Amino acid sequence: MFRRLPEIETAANAAAQAISFTIDGRPASARAGDSVAAALLANGITACRNTPVSGAARGPYCMMGVCFDCLVTIDGTGNRQGCQVRVAPGMAVETQNGKREVER
Amino acid sequence: MSAPNPKVDFDIAVVGSGPAGLAAAALAASKGASVVLLDEQAEPGGQIYRAVTETPVRDRKVLGPDYWHGAELLGPLRDSGAVHWPGTTVWSVARPREDAPDGHRPLQIGLSRNGAAAMLTVRHVILATGALERPFPIPGWTLPGVLGAGAAQVLLKTSGLVPAGATVMAGSGPLLWLLAWQYLQAGARIDAILDTTPKENWRAALPLLPGFLRSPYLGKGMKLMLDVRRKLTVIGNVTALRAEGDGALKSVVYTRNGTEHRLPADTLLLHQGVVPNLNLANATGCAQRWDGQQRCWRPTTDAWGATSVEGVSLAGDGAGIGGARAAEEAGRLAALDALHRLGRIGREQRDQAAAPFRAALDRALTGRAFLDTLYTPAEAFRVPADDTIVCRCEEITAGAVREAVRLGCSGPNQAKSFLRCGMGPCQGRLCGPTVTEVIAAERGVSPAEVGYYRLRPPVKPITLAELAALPKTDADIDAVFKH
Repeated sequence: MFRRLPEIETAANAAAQAISFTIDGRPASARAGDSVAAALLANGITACRNTPVSGAARGPYCMMGVCFDCLVTIDGTGNRQGCQVRVAPGMAVETQNGKREVER
Repeated sequence: MSAPNPKVDFDIAVVGSGPAGLAAAALAASKGASVVLLDEQAEPGGQIYRAVTETPVRDRKVLGPDYWHGAELLGPLRDSGAVHWPGTTVWSVARPREDAPDGHRPLQIGLSRNGAAAMLTVRHVILATGALERPFPIPGWTLPGVLGAGAAQVLLKTSGLVPAGATVMAGSGPLLWLLAWQYLQAGARIDAILDTTPKENWRAALPLLPGFLRSPYLGKGMKLMLDVRRKLTVIGNVTALRAEGDGALKSVVYTRNGTEHRLPADTLLLHQGVVPNLNLANATGCAQRWDGQQRCWRPTTDAWGATSVEGVSLAGDGAGIGGARAAEEAGRLAALDALHRLGRIGREQRDQAAAPFRAALDRALTGRAFLDTLYTPAEAFRVPADDTIVCRCEEITAGAVREAVRLGCSGPNQAKSFLRCGMGPCQGRLCGPTVTEVIAAERGVSPAEVGYYRLRPPVKPITLAELAALPKTDADIDAVFKH
């Protein structure tokens, strides 16, 4: 669970910087500059995928592109590193179940 | 790719825009070389100065003056004329077999940018790939809710995010204390800090104290640590640690003086120092050696950062951990040497220009041996028990690695073939140091003897579609169709 610092979350500020996107089809909100992984954590999502090996739940771990634990499907493309992609208005983020699927 | 006289795109490519890369690119370009600065992130700064141009945390006392120093490196870069390509992932550095007729043997860089692969031809490469957090393999470290302290710091810098529920920090090393201090400034909640610094380390570090007392950072570091200790619950001498929960972290269990204790936790932030991010150097063929003091592999470099591969140098923490200020000076030294090798400045001019940077580098490294020794992680956290996952990608335990050793596996590359350990998308970044140490301990030999993964390009996963879209010459196409 992560929360935004109050100095950033002032009403005027939050409105100006807000980005609407979806997580598994549900509407969610992030702040401009957030990576997809940060946006997931800010929305209370700590687990973003199940591993292809054992099915265990995983979530963002390194936030700098090295661990590959924040893999998610972004706008229909699987295995994207959530921490390396910035969240954008209207983006469709999906948690990922196991391997990347063919054609996704 | 096999054109007889490849056009050179840039004199120098710098990979990574942390302190070393920023300083190297700015200096080299200011002396007239054509320079491209390639970086994976959208904004310059690397991890240490991450988001320094755009962080929402505007209250400067939260991230502290050392962080804001990063902004001072950006002006010189802008003025230097260096070309900056953010959002660019470098996945290979190689020298094609064909020599140019003028005797130059340019290097080729494979990169991905805006979803497309491309090759870049340059005369010299300065790798400034920085550091990553040393793996902290404990039972449960793969549970959602367990993150690196460095990861938490990235969340703070880029998004102004801090942990909300019950929060435990655990481990050792300067970054742990810095993050705790930053959280204090920001008013974030920390329930406890579990200090895993082994008691014995103090005895080993004490003889090195005089050097540390001359360090310009001593005062700052001490004040920060005392501040944290005064205001937060710090539990010392923690000798065992595990994260528990079903699908997500629920509690942290630690052992102190032989007794187990349990803390409820929503977030556990782990840290036990940083190690060089050496995948690209390793895959480029740069020789590396085991550093017994820092307990990590580091590429072999000379006093200018030159590696064993001609035309490839290294600067900053990617060549061995020295910290941000040392990285900056090392970047300038590597840039001067590159300019010399390219024939832009003479040897004397290089040496003369280097003197102040070398003095500053020495100053920045003063006391490093003390920190390295004091914060060497305990063996229990480097060589974990059998049931602990060491390879997060392929979910291979320390026990499986030991079993492979008993079957005759002598090093990490064999462990990879036996177990798929290190074969996942992170390419050994999160298991390499552990696998080396587990095999060394099991065999009763030094990690130097056990070796490290032989890494291959691409050092970051790229799609076949990206690769297939690379421009091809007629010769390339013939080579495929005639066989």
